Amino acid sequence: MIDPRPGLISRRLEGVDEIIAVSSGKGGVGKSIVASTLALHLAEKGHSVGLLDLDFTSPATHVILGIDGLFPEEEYGILPPVAHGIKYMSITFFALDKPAPLRGADVSDAIIELLAITRWGDLDRLVIDLPPGLGDATLDVIRFVEGIRFLVVTTPSKVAYETVRKQLTLLKRLRVPVIGVVENMARKPSDYVSLNVENDGALYLGAIGYDEGLEESIGDEARLKETKFYAEASKLYSTIN
Amino acid sequence: MHEWALAEGVIQTASGIAEEQGLEKITEIVVRIGELQQIEHDILQFALEQLRTPLMTDAKFTLETVPGKLKCRICGEEWTFNPKGVGEEESEAIHFIPEVAHVYISCPSCDSPDFQILEGRGVLLASITGVKPDD
Ligand SMILES: Nc1ncnc2c1ncn2[C@@H]1O[C@H](COP(=O)(O)OP(=O)(O)OP(=O)(O)O)[C@@H](O)[C@H]1O
Ligand SMILES: [Mg+2]
Ligand SMILES: [Zn+2]
Repeated sequence: MIDPRPGLISRRLEGVDEIIAVSSGKGGVGKSIVASTLALHLAEKGHSVGLLDLDFTSPATHVILGIDGLFPEEEYGILPPVAHGIKYMSITFFALDKPAPLRGADVSDAIIELLAITRWGDLDRLVIDLPPGLGDATLDVIRFVEGIRFLVVTTPSKVAYETVRKQLTLLKRLRVPVIGVVENMARKPSDYVSLNVENDGALYLGAIGYDEGLEESIGDEARLKETKFYAEASKLYSTIN
Repeated sequence: MHEWALAEGVIQTASGIAEEQGLEKITEIVVRIGELQQIEHDILQFALEQLRTPLMTDAKFTLETVPGKLKCRICGEEWTFNPKGVGEEESEAIHFIPEVAHVYISCPSCDSPDFQILEGRGVLLASITGVKPDD
């Protein structure tokens, strides 16, 4: 018995120039807000952009970007709807706002299905928001998505970085290119993260400060773009090519 | 239609296998269709016919149905998925991503959504029959 889907994945992604997975060994460090604002930033720069939310347990990018009332169209597969100029795909279209209690094998199956049937068309950049950790979603995109590069997010906390360090080690072992490490929620100047990242052989991309005003802008794309977070993040994203 | 995307996968995978095994033509492709995904057989059949490659000119596409067998991880109950038991919107969601069945379906005995999909999830390539040059 052979699964006919994995072979389709590279075909579905052949029109995509660059694929960036936003990831962290640690939860709650700002992956989803980074993935969402990175997609907004790239779109603002005139790129054609897709955003794929692969966090099935707690999808968040649709909440951050205020994406509501859209549904993919079925046409020789499924076409991602466009929100704020971004082609968008998430499990949330299918699970609605209900909890999706999926175990490992189910997560993999659902990811393969989404990757195999979503027709992204031509894109300059596809940003993928991953769940925390080094579990199924992370391992599956590494397994199935050729040419994927990782953007790793951490906070200044030792608790976060120690896990991120393990992730960097794993990515190196799997020969997955790492674009660099973003330090998020920085509250005071410190070189703890930058020194460690360098030591661990990765590129330190810079810090984004803790922004008190961010929460009020969640769900509102226009206001998000006016936050201190977005200004700092955009500056940092411009250094990524 | 989503069926077209899956048909594309079947054709591509079958072509790859034929090449690997040095088949000069394919005579039959058997596809198993799990009922959980609620695939429209006519559309899948039509899509396969349309997408067939020269190697498959005379191939017969056989579609077999496999009931969606589910097993509760909590109480052990086994049951068969009944598409009539779910609403239209839920059905459509499960059609796209069968795993979201866990969102809409629960164990008939203890109501848990923590069940295993034993078989009959989606589309699988069951077998390919063909002819080698020296046959
Ligand atoms: N620089 C920041 N300043 C203020 N709040 C922030 C900052 N970065 C993230 N947050 C907030 O922290 C929370 C977690 O962010 P987010 O959901 O992006 O993290 P995550 O890493 O994706 O979490 P998970 O691991 O659950 O997926 C959100 O409420 C977000 O708005
Ligand atoms: Mg997240
Ligand atoms: Zn049960």
